[in-house]
Amino acid sequence: MTVWWLVELDGDAVADASLRALTLASGLVADAGGGTRVAAVVFGVPPVADLAAYGVGDVYAVSGVDGYAPQAWARVLAELLGPAASNTAASNTAASHAAPDGAADGRDRSRHAVVAAGTEHGNEVLAHLGAITGLPMAANCVSVSASGPGAGALDLVRQRWAGLLLEEAVLDAPAALLTVATDAVAAAAPGPAPVPVTVHQVTAVVTGADLAVRAVETSGGTGGVSLATARVVVGGGRGVGSAAGFVSLEELAALLGGVVGVSRVVTSEGWRPHSMQVGQTGTKITPDLYLACGISGAIQHFAGCAGARHIIAINTDASAPMMTRADYAVVGDLHEIIPALTDALRGRGR
Amino acid sequence: MDILVCVKRVPTVGGAITLTADSRAIDTKASGFTISPHEECAVEEAVRLAERFGGSVTVVSLGPAEAEEQLRACLALGASAAVLVETAPGAETGPMATAAALHSVAAAGAFDLILLGNEASDTGGYQVGIRLAHLLGRPVATGAKAIEVSGDGSSLAASRAYRGVTETFSLPLPCVVTVKEGINLPRYPSLPGRLRAKRAAVKRIPLAATGPVPAGDVRMTRLRVPDAPRKQATVLGQGAAAVPALVAVLAELGVIS
Repeated sequence: MTVWWLVELDGDAVADASLRALTLASGLVADAGGGTRVAAVVFGVPPVADLAAYGVGDVYAVSGVDGYAPQAWARVLAELLGPAASNTAASNTAASHAAPDGAADGRDRSRHAVVAAGTEHGNEVLAHLGAITGLPMAANCVSVSASGPGAGALDLVRQRWAGLLLEEAVLDAPAALLTVATDAVAAAAPGPAPVPVTVHQVTAVVTGADLAVRAVETSGGTGGVSLATARVVVGGGRGVGSAAGFVSLEELAALLGGVVGVSRVVTSEGWRPHSMQVGQTGTKITPDLYLACGISGAIQHFAGCAGARHIIAINTDASAPMMTRADYAVVGDLHEIIPALTDALRGRGR
Repeated sequence: MDILVCVKRVPTVGGAITLTADSRAIDTKASGFTISPHEECAVEEAVRLAERFGGSVTVVSLGPAEAEEQLRACLALGASAAVLVETAPGAETGPMATAAALHSVAAAGAFDLILLGNEASDTGGYQVGIRLAHLLGRPVATGAKAIEVSGDGSSLAASRAYRGVTETFSLPLPCVVTVKEGINLPRYPSLPGRLRAKRAAVKRIPLAATGPVPAGDVRMTRLRVPDAPRKQATVLGQGAAAVPALVAVLAELGVIS
């Protein structure tokens, strides 16, 4: 059994969301017992030292695809899985040079898996892989285990409603295509000592049509920290009251090295752009601290901030859901509290 | 430009999700249904493109007979035709089966552009648009927060933000694009629009008539509402008087040194 782990990079390092995927991938390997492994698949330059630290010694470094091209990436993953994993009768091409031992013999095929982060990239690449191979794909899983001893099928739990609801399901397929929720599984921790790493070079064999779906990247203009990966997020909701009201929140966020996120009402009112929205239809955040100001806490908003390690809520209504579900609460008007807090923090800096 | 938009009827979720007795569906006795939010934006985007380039907007939904309500809402927003692929009451249709059924509708027309939501707000499968594109043999871009169609209508650029970077996918038409909320602010239906929607015909096709249903989708066994964290919030105080306690907590959490 091989669990192919699609590694997403954040700069030169393994992205946090991919480390969460690694946790689930490692669990699958532990479940299956001996003769199994996690093999990292990296498009571009593999972060070898990082991968060694996390105990992943088998690395497949793919060249021949420039930048992010989801369909081409999926084509490469389909090759790595080998023809045995395909649900389509037409796929009887020779095994790829990179196919792992046993991938093509059909005996152990039900235990292969491809695991990716439940990010826009991870979900997109695995959906392409599902379409190319005819295999089912389960998005945003939170746990997976074998249905029974020697069983090919997997029991899984995955998020619906962006995590507000969980689905228990059975996945019975020649290979399991799984993405891992970015806010519900802990990131893998480095092992006690780095492992030796073998890098296998893979040259992508893709079609022109595959490469036609390719992202051209331009700097977003937002600069600095992104909402999805910020360590501190200062949230503002209806209680902020106006577009101008966000200036003090932005000041505070800058002092804390964080960014501002908003609730859905703020974007529907046009106070701030949709790109700043936290929630089911906006961005999911996983900061160390979410400081929610004037946000009552609709469940769609919780779907976006449930991954925060700590929540502090400021609200005039002590019974608002955000106040009762936070770790810490301050009852009162944010227009009074935020400037006072900003002053106090500035005072400390002097 | 002839555009097909795929929309899904989903429960309106308010304060809390409650399940039916068999734990296989959301209890909707006390709530209603709506169009999945990303898809409402897809309809708006299609109507704007048709206003600019001419042509038609057809909406299709795979769902129970009641999904006609959501299709009429799309007609009120400016869609010109509606198709319902009707499923059995209470039955869930997985992503592979959904894509196959939508493919039969999409392939029967000559659509220049097919729009869907990036993911349905209820099941969140993140794959129907991509599977549909592969069945059609067309390129697909997902998660679009902006679509720019070239002046001659022969190509488009779909873009989105990812990790602080703007990613732009340039595709020739015909193609498939999935969109996300924020691409536009959907209009309110006009009165004439609502009257037209009331009278319009909705074409009904039973799911079985769309062709063989592919097997192999992930099989749901039951749903459950995750335990809300049983946190007891520590109240730090009232108003600005709470600021010293707030600063102490920020220091304790390591947010400030």
